[in-house]
Amino acid sequence: MDLKRLLKRVKPGRGAVIGLPYLWLMVFFLIPFLIVLKISFAAQDVAIPPFTHLVSYGDDGTLNIALNLANFQFILTDALYADTYLSSLRVAFVTTLCCLLIGYPIAYAIARARPEIRNGLLLAVMLPFWTSFLLRVYAWMGLLNQNGLINQFLMATGIVHEPLQLFHNDFSLYLVMVYAYLPFMILPLYSHLVKMDLRLLEAANDLGARPLRAFWKITLPLSKNGIIAGAMMVFIPAVGEFVIPELVGGSDTLMIGKVLWNEFFDNNNWPMASAVATFMVLLLIVPIALFHRFETRQLEGEKHV
Amino acid sequence: MYNDGRLSWFLKGVLALGYLFLYVPILSLIVYSFNASKLVTVWGGFSTRWYGSLFQNDQIISAVLLSVKIALASACAAVVLGTVAGFVLARFKRFRGSTLFAGMMTAPMVMPEVITGLSMLLLFISMQQFFGAPSERGFFTIWIGHTTLCMAYVAVVVRSRLMEIDQSLEDAAMDLGARPVKIFFKITLPLVSQAIASGFLLSVTLSLDDLVTTAFLSGPGSTTLPQVIFSKVRLGLNPEINALATITVLVVGTIVIVANYLMMNAQRKRDKAIAAAMRGDDADQQNGVGNAKAAVSLA
Repeated sequence: MDLKRLLKRVKPGRGAVIGLPYLWLMVFFLIPFLIVLKISFAAQDVAIPPFTHLVSYGDDGTLNIALNLANFQFILTDALYADTYLSSLRVAFVTTLCCLLIGYPIAYAIARARPEIRNGLLLAVMLPFWTSFLLRVYAWMGLLNQNGLINQFLMATGIVHEPLQLFHNDFSLYLVMVYAYLPFMILPLYSHLVKMDLRLLEAANDLGARPLRAFWKITLPLSKNGIIAGAMMVFIPAVGEFVIPELVGGSDTLMIGKVLWNEFFDNNNWPMASAVATFMVLLLIVPIALFHRFETRQLEGEKHV
Repeated sequence: MYNDGRLSWFLKGVLALGYLFLYVPILSLIVYSFNASKLVTVWGGFSTRWYGSLFQNDQIISAVLLSVKIALASACAAVVLGTVAGFVLARFKRFRGSTLFAGMMTAPMVMPEVITGLSMLLLFISMQQFFGAPSERGFFTIWIGHTTLCMAYVAVVVRSRLMEIDQSLEDAAMDLGARPVKIFFKITLPLVSQAIASGFLLSVTLSLDDLVTTAFLSGPGSTTLPQVIFSKVRLGLNPEINALATITVLVVGTIVIVANYLMMNAQRKRDKAIAAAMRGDDADQQNGVGNAKAAVSLA
């Protein structure tokens, strides 16, 4: 009865169109998270795959459910994990802030350039993003090295006499993080700034506001959605970043992406890796929801302009 | 005074510094790929020997081939799924579960890859336990992972293009009695073809570049190019990688610039034609509403 009414309401064609991508994402994106949650309650085991079953049948016909809370207990009580999560959040936050401070003026300049050259300028920002992420990180290895180009330059010009330690420390970590994520910040900022009604600034000017004050009172508030979208686009993946801390970070750099990777690939501890991932998702749910909201708002905003 | 397009010295300086920051590392990669010395950062004279040894490196060649195959296959699947998803998001708006759907479309773009990689691997392991398939990790599992990642990007590009263009073309065709499927293929699809093309290009580059998700989803016999690069640069600087990077930058750069030029041109023409058609400009009606009417007359 109910099914019949439902079928009548949902036209089959429309249902199929929605259903195809919906089903794909359910199976390959949403359900995997539930499996991660499930396996985070398993224990490491010498088996293939290397973890225990949560549900098993006993010989006497009993159904045994074994939930292993040790992984979460360990994460919650071990100071190293707390430090790692905090340090990841800090690295992501500082990276986001630097990207915003560097990216905003660039996005602003592109948005205010002549329309004919705007596209070219934007393309020049996006080009590094299109070429390999990994190779761009690698490029910095050659620059920051003990005998790298920056040290060679500094020594040749006599600014320093001993090579500086630029590599495998927090400096190189932050620098390369900002470098790699900068285009993600510039793009949403640009798309907001370029849509802005410049007559507002003219009005402010006519009313006697200085350019800086007009920027503070008009431009900045109007680009708020772009700032939030861009910030989330940098912050969320930065929290779980693995490649950059691994290649240019210090050996004592604590990043949660690195911990997850090591638990999985080096210690073969899949349940622990799952617990680490579960915790990371919990931390990131609010930022992801924020990103989603402002991303949608931006797209819907486009329609009204 | 605000929109004459002339930038102040401050903004010009910002742009110059910004582009310097973005391009100096890439340029240094290129310059030192022609270094004769094995020590990457110590100049030992001009040479192209690393390009020669790169092309003789079987491991790299087979990794390139595998990566290209995966990238093309993922981009094709991502374009189909992403276009449909972008269409659903832009045109259907509210339906049962639409909030979840929209959330699942945006999340893959920002979700740290260690999480998506791990979760998809555990899905495949569970599927293997229950259904016996996929029997091993490799091309197929990587393809699914990349498709899921890329379709989100395609959907965003297609969706924002669909929101820009006027829905009245589709409405007109609908009023004239064309069936929805016909409208989609005859009107909607041509209008977003540029967005689909750039979504395809974006998917190819994302897939070619993906390391972390791939590391979780690949098996012993399937090593992609980023995995080879990563295992090499982990050990330090490597002149062959510089040569490889130079080739990558040149190839990708050329493709992106040419594609962008072609797309901008086509887009401009199409928008102009639509605008003309909207004004009822008969001379220019080969596109836009003209198209819609032609489509409907076929129905």
